[in-house]
Amino acid sequence: MTEQLYYEDVVVGSEITPLVKQPTTRQLVMWAGAVGDYNPIHYDKDFAQSRGLSGVIVHGQLVGAFLGQLITDWIGELGVLRKLSCSYKGMNYPGEAVTCRGGVTKKYVQDGQHYVECNLWAENSKEEKTVLGVAIVMLPWRADYDK
Amino acid sequence: MAEGSSGIDRLKSKVGVEWEPKVCQIEREMIRRFARAVGDPNPLWQDEEYATASHYGGIIAPPTFILAIGLEQFVEDIMSLTSFGTVLIGGTELECYQPIRVGDVITASFKISNLREREGKMGRMAFMTFDSSYKNQRQELVAKCRQMVIGY
Repeated sequence: MTEQLYYEDVVVGSEITPLVKQPTTRQLVMWAGAVGDYNPIHYDKDFAQSRGLSGVIVHGQLVGAFLGQLITDWIGELGVLRKLSCSYKGMNYPGEAVTCRGGVTKKYVQDGQHYVECNLWAENSKEEKTVLGVAIVMLPWRADYDK
Repeated sequence: MAEGSSGIDRLKSKVGVEWEPKVCQIEREMIRRFARAVGDPNPLWQDEEYATASHYGGIIAPPTFILAIGLEQFVEDIMSLTSFGTVLIGGTELECYQPIRVGDVITASFKISNLREREGKMGRMAFMTFDSSYKNQRQELVAKCRQMVIGY
């Protein structure tokens, strides 16, 4: 596990350590089984082409789950992912790297909880942003743990 | 595609109507399968010993695991009411209130909260908003989800 992140340590404007994923067609089948999404555009090339796509595509929600992993890796065990919004703008293809990135946009205290807001995105191998996201996380406050 | 044959009109009468809830008992294997599919090695999702010693006291599901609960049947219901060839998800908004744990019994409630229709290059297209909420066996809200979906 990564080191615990505390609210005090977060700097607005800083970058989240990127996460690079290499989805394969095998992974798309595993995802299809895990969530029950059997849309053939994710495993049947002929079908995908008949629906106007150039080939099978990575499930947008799988890329969303990659962004979820980017965040849970970053916030550590005591951090809580409170909100995750993703909008699927472009296609990711199996066999091509998906790079998940993010940056801190805001930090604030509300009702005694310590929140951090981040912009997230996933890039394909052409550095096009294929998924855009926003996450709101709750982080522990170091002072609570140093007592 | 002939007017009305896509079944979009049948869906319109369902807008705002809650579907019969889907009930799902969470097993460790489901969480493990999900984490492996994402390729997420976080021991909180898979390592019993690590998770038991952690702040959570046992295995929890990653926040995005909510996508594995009930959506499959809901989308199948939508497909069976229409003649959509494909249903594509355009966006997802997830709110998490507490972690899902092994042994939880999750009740997922789904509805179409909005539907707009447009003529596209593949025929009549439906732009839908799916809203879902998830409660555990203690009737505590664990998550809410909104999905922007295109059927055509």
